[in-house]
Amino acid sequence: MRFSAWQLLKEGLTGNKGWGAHWRDPEPKPAYDVLIIGGGGHGLATAYYLAKEHGITNVAVLEKGYIGGGNVGRNTTIVRANYGLPGNSEFYSHSLKLWEGLEADLNYNVMHSQRGIINLFHSDGARDAAARRGNAMINQGDDAVLLDRDGVRAMLPYLDYENIRFPVYGGLYHARGGTARHDAVAWGFARGADQRGVDLIQNCEVTGIDVEQGRVTGVQTTRGAIKANKVAMVTAGRSGQVAAMAGMRLPIESHILQAFVTEGLKPCIDTVITFGMGHFYISQSDKGGLVFGGDLDFYASYAARGNLPQAEHVMEAAMTLMPMIGKARVLRSWGGIMDMSPDGSPIIDTTHIDGLFLNCGWCYGGFKAVPGSGNVTAHLIATGRPHEAATKYRLDRFATGIGLMDEEGTGSQHNLH
Amino acid sequence: MRITCPCCGPRDLREFSYRGAASDLDRPAADAPPEDWHAYLHLRDNPAGVTRDLWYHELGCASWLVVTRNTVTHEILSCEMARDVAREAAR
Ligand SMILES: Cc1cc2nc3c(=O)[nH]c(=O)nc-3n(C[C@H](O)[C@H](O)[C@H](O)COP(=O)(O)OP(=O)(O)OC[C@H]3O[C@@H](n4cnc5c(N)ncnc54)[C@H](O)[C@@H]3O)c2cc1C
Ligand SMILES: [Zn+2]
Repeated sequence: MRFSAWQLLKEGLTGNKGWGAHWRDPEPKPAYDVLIIGGGGHGLATAYYLAKEHGITNVAVLEKGYIGGGNVGRNTTIVRANYGLPGNSEFYSHSLKLWEGLEADLNYNVMHSQRGIINLFHSDGARDAAARRGNAMINQGDDAVLLDRDGVRAMLPYLDYENIRFPVYGGLYHARGGTARHDAVAWGFARGADQRGVDLIQNCEVTGIDVEQGRVTGVQTTRGAIKANKVAMVTAGRSGQVAAMAGMRLPIESHILQAFVTEGLKPCIDTVITFGMGHFYISQSDKGGLVFGGDLDFYASYAARGNLPQAEHVMEAAMTLMPMIGKARVLRSWGGIMDMSPDGSPIIDTTHIDGLFLNCGWCYGGFKAVPGSGNVTAHLIATGRPHEAATKYRLDRFATGIGLMDEEGTGSQHNLH
Repeated sequence: MRITCPCCGPRDLREFSYRGAASDLDRPAADAPPEDWHAYLHLRDNPAGVTRDLWYHELGCASWLVVTRNTVTHEILSCEMARDVAREAAR
């Protein structure tokens, strides 16, 4: 099934009764060329690009729950390319370019909306850092504008400009940043992979990874053993556990991040705003809900819900930045489990086991990475060499200390990123 | 989550700050091989289930604590003085 204007019109006039399933529900075959563990955004995008760009279609994505039930459907949907460090800068730039062509490529409305992002700053030092970051972004070929206080006030008149502790000095504006509909991104990649022959196998938990003489030979699952000479571990917050099945210990600790959404409101916030000093960020969804969040709960957790102190902290920051938010009612909150790496940057690499690939450590920034990550991981699996946009995401950087990418300069403790 | 500090009794989570896995107490010798230092600094067991980690009772008695808890349910199973745990290990 593909979408067209004609189809939309026809379905609209006939009660939307003719839309079919977006992907098949196949039984697992005994063997594939490539197995991808994890049917989140990154796993589905990897499968899609393997089929589309490398012609490798005898592929299965193994998902223990349902497609899109993990972090790809739990995040706050911010898409941007405003990273400063070499390594991150070119990767997120590559990913944003893929986003910009994604809807046409997938023939799927992922509601990618380049509504812009403003990162506020509140001191002279932070202004200098924002200017330097903006220059790095421009050098990378992306866009950045340094706004002064009046420039921010013209765009965001509802912020509290009289705040004594964190007066708004200005903001770094990234016009090509914005948001996308998270579920639709998973569905679009799922459908695109399925159409090219990839088997998406849901309710199929990987319980073991088979290794013989240093080579991966397949996996054990709740739906039986499946053979393959190439296996990719793409399991977001569960990477530590999945890698343990192959006898690996990773530089990863899993933490929860909470998110909140209010009742639907008339359009009032037309961009993404980040308030780093208060650990708060916000945007408005196309349905009208204000979507916001803050920091991690700060301790290792696999509970897909958070604790109250962090919720309270986020609400306080919201009220500090934009007192008008106090009038909105919070509808829902939830948590997602994420891999936290010691430098806050991801890992996309081969492993010491032949044929076993690793994609992990996205911390709380991996949604914007979905197309880029799938694209470069597919390249790595198909060719055995890292894609040029992802040469720095090596696993050995922690052991050697060379090429660490601590974007925020917070140090080498997992929960600080 | 409430943590029962051996010194101060049950206290709100907000009084504590988290440091990471309790393996931080097992510091390698200064001349240990680089692999040991890498494992100590970066690699984690990261269990979904019972784990032991280090917390600091920042807004209380300022003790370092080893908390045994379940990362899936958030249940806290025990809480000991890190000092005692380290002494016990050194014996
Ligand atoms: C609250 C919150 C807000 C966020 N906000 C943003 C944001 O605004 N912008 C941004 O860029 N990023 C954001 N992120 C981060 C982003 O969501 C993640 O980095 C990204 O979604 C992770 O990749 P994924 O989509 O592949 O993960 P997932 O969707 O979690 O996919 C992993 C899949 O692996 C499956 N799996 C695990 N173990 C097994 C197994 N043994 N066998 C089979 N399958 C298994 C899981 O069921 C899951 O479906 C946020 C995260 C959270 C939690
Ligand atoms: Zn105490």
